[in-house]
Amino acid sequence: MVENRPLAAILTHVVLIAGIVFLCFPVWVALVASTHPGEALQRSPIPMWFGDQGFANYSQLLREGVPAAGGVPLSTMMLNSLFMALGITVGKIAISLISAFAIVYFRFPFRMLFFWLIFATLMLPVEVRILPTYDVVASLGMLNSYPGLIIPLIASATATFLFRQFFMTIPDELVEAARIDRAGPLRFFWDILLPLSRTNIAALFIILFIYGWNQYLWPFLITTDQDLYTVVMGIQRMVNVGEGVPIWNYTMGTAILAMIPPVLVVLVMQRLFVKGLVESEK
Amino acid sequence: MQKRVVFRNRWLPYLLVAPQIAVTLIFFIWPAYQALETSFFVEDVFGFSRNFVWFENFTRLFADKGYLRSFWTTLVFGLSVTFLSMSMALALAVAANRVLKAATAYRTFLIWPYAVAPALAGVLWYFMMNPSLGILAYMLEGTFGVDWNHYVNGNQALLLVIIAAAWKQISYNFLFFLAGLQSIPKSLIEAAAIDGASPTRRFWTIVFPLLSPTTFFLLVVNLVYAFFDTFAIIHATTNGGPADATSILVYKVYSTGFVGQDYGSSAAQSVILMVLVIAMTVVQFRFIERKVQY
Repeated sequence: MVENRPLAAILTHVVLIAGIVFLCFPVWVALVASTHPGEALQRSPIPMWFGDQGFANYSQLLREGVPAAGGVPLSTMMLNSLFMALGITVGKIAISLISAFAIVYFRFPFRMLFFWLIFATLMLPVEVRILPTYDVVASLGMLNSYPGLIIPLIASATATFLFRQFFMTIPDELVEAARIDRAGPLRFFWDILLPLSRTNIAALFIILFIYGWNQYLWPFLITTDQDLYTVVMGIQRMVNVGEGVPIWNYTMGTAILAMIPPVLVVLVMQRLFVKGLVESEK
Repeated sequence: MQKRVVFRNRWLPYLLVAPQIAVTLIFFIWPAYQALETSFFVEDVFGFSRNFVWFENFTRLFADKGYLRSFWTTLVFGLSVTFLSMSMALALAVAANRVLKAATAYRTFLIWPYAVAPALAGVLWYFMMNPSLGILAYMLEGTFGVDWNHYVNGNQALLLVIIAAAWKQISYNFLFFLAGLQSIPKSLIEAAAIDGASPTRRFWTIVFPLLSPTTFFLLVVNLVYAFFDTFAIIHATTNGGPADATSILVYKVYSTGFVGQDYGSSAAQSVILMVLVIAMTVVQFRFIERKVQY
């Protein structure tokens, strides 16, 4: 602080607290709503303090789900989300690591073409090519399957660029030393590059896990089998129940359960998360 | 771009890039090409035959009032989300940058919404604004006498999705603004303070201009987010309604193609959106290249 201005200091804290209230209030409301019986949420104003149905609501959700929305247990949905998120994360990191390695450490025809092809994926988000991508996945027989949920999403320009950037900072002497010691490229990759990339991999893991867990449109398009529903996508069936009114205590409970894993990851690994976010976007 | 010292191997590099290139070609390039091709055809109702129609799908789109309105909605939506989330994030980042005590605690409470899926953000606000039992709708009614009903009022529905989308994006902008603020040399600000510049003046004449690379980067990222990643918010809550009031372009591609089954038109919309993303990505990367020299 340059000078002492008590008023400015107070204002600073007021702004921060107001921001926190604005960000946390929706989750507070959801958390409270998820602990009440359905009847308590049928007329306004709804309660602002916890009810006593929390345990009953959550165990109903996890074990049996919401009957009006198909009755898929949330435990199944969350497990599907976990598989999908981990599959996407591991897949993206693995194929990006090896393609960045090839592009940085080898000279071969069409190298730049491959680089630009990977770059092009940045410009083609799923949202703009919904139908044709759906057709491709359908013709490969990958609808309603874990590979269908995971593989089409694992190309990653961001991860490839991040690793490429990082590999460029590794001193050439390491390669020379490895070659003098008669280590081949794969040995060099495995014994030297991978251990050096550990922090970058960990930081990227957090960002990609959140990305994978929060997928919505893709699982919505390619899963019609209830056993493969993911939780972020599944909540939509509880909100849009057609004629009926959404069962808000269950819907809010689902929202809370769906946000716990990624939020926990961010909070527990805060330092790595910030590094991963700021660096992967350059 | 490349190392001075490299390995020599005839086939290994191809093997290493193969998985990524295969996924890219099959699930990105090929569908994009398909969309481009389909956009020049009109299919009959039964899907038996299709005719090459040149640009008819495009001319039809731009003659369609609904589509032009969707352009406008997207623009209003994108600019509002960007402005709201960036201005709030900047205020928070400036405040967090001043705080010495409890800085980590504040930061922790401000960054977690990044991890909340857009669809969930939408559902949370949808519940709070629910006309019959939402707590905010109740307060609006009680305090300001506003009759909130996003089921019938299009502007209110648009406002609802704007707030939900902005809410989710604040953490992201906050982190980047904070990183930007921390990289500004303290000596510049101290020098200005010695010259008698007030905090407000220091902010607008020194801090804000020095932040401009971050601001510009976030501007592009936020617009891309608002144009494309917010599909989930709209699909999970308003479903584009009422009467298409929240039907932004990405939602329209989906509703024309999947719900309306008009493949030619949906493909033409895809192509228009692709051009839009490509343009925005180019702007973003050209800017980053300049930032390296900055």
